[in-house]
Amino acid sequence: MHPIVSALKHHKTVVILVVLEIALTCAIVSNGIFIIGNHLATMRMQTGVADNELIWAESSGIGDASASASQASRAAADLAALRGMPGVKSAVITNSLPLSSTGSWGTCIARKAGGADADSVCTVIMYAGTTGVVNTLGIRLSQGRDFLSQEYQDYDPFQGSRAPPPSVIITRSLAEKMWPGEDPLGKPIFLGDRNSGVTHVVGVTDHLLNPSINKQSGADLNMLLPVTLTTGNMYVLRTQPGVRDATLRNLPKVLDRVDDQRIITENHSYSDTVSDYFHDDRALIWLLLVVIGCLLALTALGVIGLSSFWVQQRMHQIGIRRAIGATRRDILRYFQTENFLIVSAGIALGLGLAVALNLMLMKQYELPRLPLAYLPAAAIVLWLLGQLAVLGPALRAAAVPPVVATRSV
Amino acid sequence: MFAYYLDLALRSLRRNKVLTMLMVLALALGIGATITTLTVLKLLSGDPLPQKSTQLFYPQLDPYPKDQPFSRSGKKLPWLMSYVDAMNLLHARKAQRQAVMALSQVKVTPQAQDGKAFYADGVLTTSDFFPMFDAPFQYGAGWASADDESREQVVVIAGFLNDKLFGGANSVGRTIRIEDHDFRIIGVLRPWAPQPRFYAVHLGGRDYGKGEAVFMPLQGARADGITPNTVMSYGPEHTDMQHLETAQSIWLGLWVQLSSADEASAYKLFLANYAQQQVALGRFQLSRVAFWDLMSWLRNEQVVPDDVRLQAGLALGFLLICVVNTVGLLLAKCLRRSREIGVRRALGASRGAIFAQFMVEAGIVGVAGGMLGLGFAELGLWGIRHQPAQYASLAHLDLSMFLFTFLVALVSSLIAGLLPAWRACVVAPAPQLKAS
Repeated sequence: MHPIVSALKHHKTVVILVVLEIALTCAIVSNGIFIIGNHLATMRMQTGVADNELIWAESSGIGDASASASQASRAAADLAALRGMPGVKSAVITNSLPLSSTGSWGTCIARKAGGADADSVCTVIMYAGTTGVVNTLGIRLSQGRDFLSQEYQDYDPFQGSRAPPPSVIITRSLAEKMWPGEDPLGKPIFLGDRNSGVTHVVGVTDHLLNPSINKQSGADLNMLLPVTLTTGNMYVLRTQPGVRDATLRNLPKVLDRVDDQRIITENHSYSDTVSDYFHDDRALIWLLLVVIGCLLALTALGVIGLSSFWVQQRMHQIGIRRAIGATRRDILRYFQTENFLIVSAGIALGLGLAVALNLMLMKQYELPRLPLAYLPAAAIVLWLLGQLAVLGPALRAAAVPPVVATRSV
Repeated sequence: MFAYYLDLALRSLRRNKVLTMLMVLALALGIGATITTLTVLKLLSGDPLPQKSTQLFYPQLDPYPKDQPFSRSGKKLPWLMSYVDAMNLLHARKAQRQAVMALSQVKVTPQAQDGKAFYADGVLTTSDFFPMFDAPFQYGAGWASADDESREQVVVIAGFLNDKLFGGANSVGRTIRIEDHDFRIIGVLRPWAPQPRFYAVHLGGRDYGKGEAVFMPLQGARADGITPNTVMSYGPEHTDMQHLETAQSIWLGLWVQLSSADEASAYKLFLANYAQQQVALGRFQLSRVAFWDLMSWLRNEQVVPDDVRLQAGLALGFLLICVVNTVGLLLAKCLRRSREIGVRRALGASRGAIFAQFMVEAGIVGVAGGMLGLGFAELGLWGIRHQPAQYASLAHLDLSMFLFTFLVALVSSLIAGLLPAWRACVVAPAPQLKAS
């Protein structure tokens, strides 16, 4: 070890440069991989509905001011037409869907009537759906039961004085937040103006994502209310496998046939909606992957360039060492150890930089703290990369014949 | 002399083709990434109205109750104003020009028989909007302030909507059906879309993009039941969308034009007095106000998406590593040529000459890297234009960024060349000659 270190002392500048390059790479790569991991974790979350069987459309332009009775009959006509389409298992109207980014209603709900702030949970998302909503969306209940047909009621959360439907299905996350460690079934939830309305929990689902995932309302803090009609007018259809795309194409025509004055603003398969939702995440992941790939390649090339240069410069010394008894393996080891030392110094500096960079990102972009497990992973990647990069030049050095020592260069 | 160094540099670069290509490629990747992200960043953080931005101001009031502040931390003031406050400030006419505004999605029904109705972005505003924001008219003009109060059913439409509905002809005087009411067109705008769309921030529109299609007098549109995109309530009651004017809700943005710093401080004083007066009247509990000029407002509201800033930082870090890499490779190369340097020094070349020779070599790598980097940047921007981002269509390399590319390339390569060139010029000639 000692001769290697003293040899490196003669090349301070170059060694410092390589150490610096490895340190910067280490900092950026570990944070980059961490960001990728974060986004992948979000993308892998279960939506809680039957992703591949749903299609949806949104229509407006049905006179919003018209009486709710005529709205109800229009909605019924629409749903009847949609259910009549070949391959459609069921159809409902909802206000929103997980990850659809539209029609999201947030509200505060309370454990007690007229509850104080301590008794309420805010930014809870309200889903509302018409008869058959649980089966149509494919929501799996882990506890309790589906809504009964008489529980679907005429309810509009924007008219806060109206009584809510008698029953509600909530997510496990909401249950844990409302009544930690308790059985949520049958518990009352108060909502509306001054928390005057009451409804009771009849079912709990483990998975149902919010219309959008954000810092305020988290990923799945929501509840589902049974209604007969809802503003937002999102028609959701569950189709037989295989006919989904054909049904999607015909959907606007079927709706137009019922009423051609409407404007169909959205018409998508649900799996496209989910994929659109994560578009930015995917773009960022690809960008980071490309940058990380380029950085690693660049660092490797830098190491190769410098090691080749050193091998060439030390041709004479290598010859002398071979002549006085060093084996090829010794020469190979020498360059590999040298590389290991330099890369280790780079990693040591890089880990500090990585943590500093993460602190900066946490402050600027509200990223979570970098788990320490990422640091040894980045270190191992860089050690392997360094050894791989030095292998070629080191083998060339090992191939130098002892006779070189006798030549004057 | 320069020509000679150029010749020497080219010879040296050609001798080590792979190494040279690596250096150029690395630098080009770093520059390509940097220019791509900086172009987007510049575009997104640009001045939407360069000729006017120093004269435009955004006042904020706080009608929220003390114990239920607008923001959780209690530090941020409400983004918007209630109808009563916005109208009080508008009618006070303390600024040179002032306009209130809200954004709305409106249904537009074409007059043609087979025309299908569609949704368009609309601005509900008052008469000063057009002169204050320098919105240019192709045909006709905006409405007068008297039309605001008389709830005139008039509308100004954007050029792209005029092209769509009337084939680009002068449509002033014709009618257009919006939300099932007839509006008379009195003006058609030329293409006009300040980026970022500063006045739309927090009104429920997009921060970037082509701009709205219709501009209507606020009171007239409200009389027809047109509702704004964003309404936030600060009272205990649920907001009735039909009676927003009297509701305890904020939903309007107010912009004022003031031509000097004195006028701005006078207006700020007026605003503070107004808030105190409202506290005295019992309407407000808090008398705090805020008053932003346009660019500070955009900065404070962080209109530029986080992702874009993150990417620019990432690209700069990448460029830094590319430069460090180039320093290392150039250094290795120059140390290998110690003997050649020794010979040149012995033959009479000064240290300055050796330094210049190596800097020229680094410069050539820089220029080549810049040219290739420009290609990478164009490729990167092409990629961004095919993303579904709001600002996608705006991502183009302008002349200043084009020149900036070469500046970045040259500067970074010269910085990379400094250390190797310094090391080269301090090589002592004698030992080098002796060794051979």
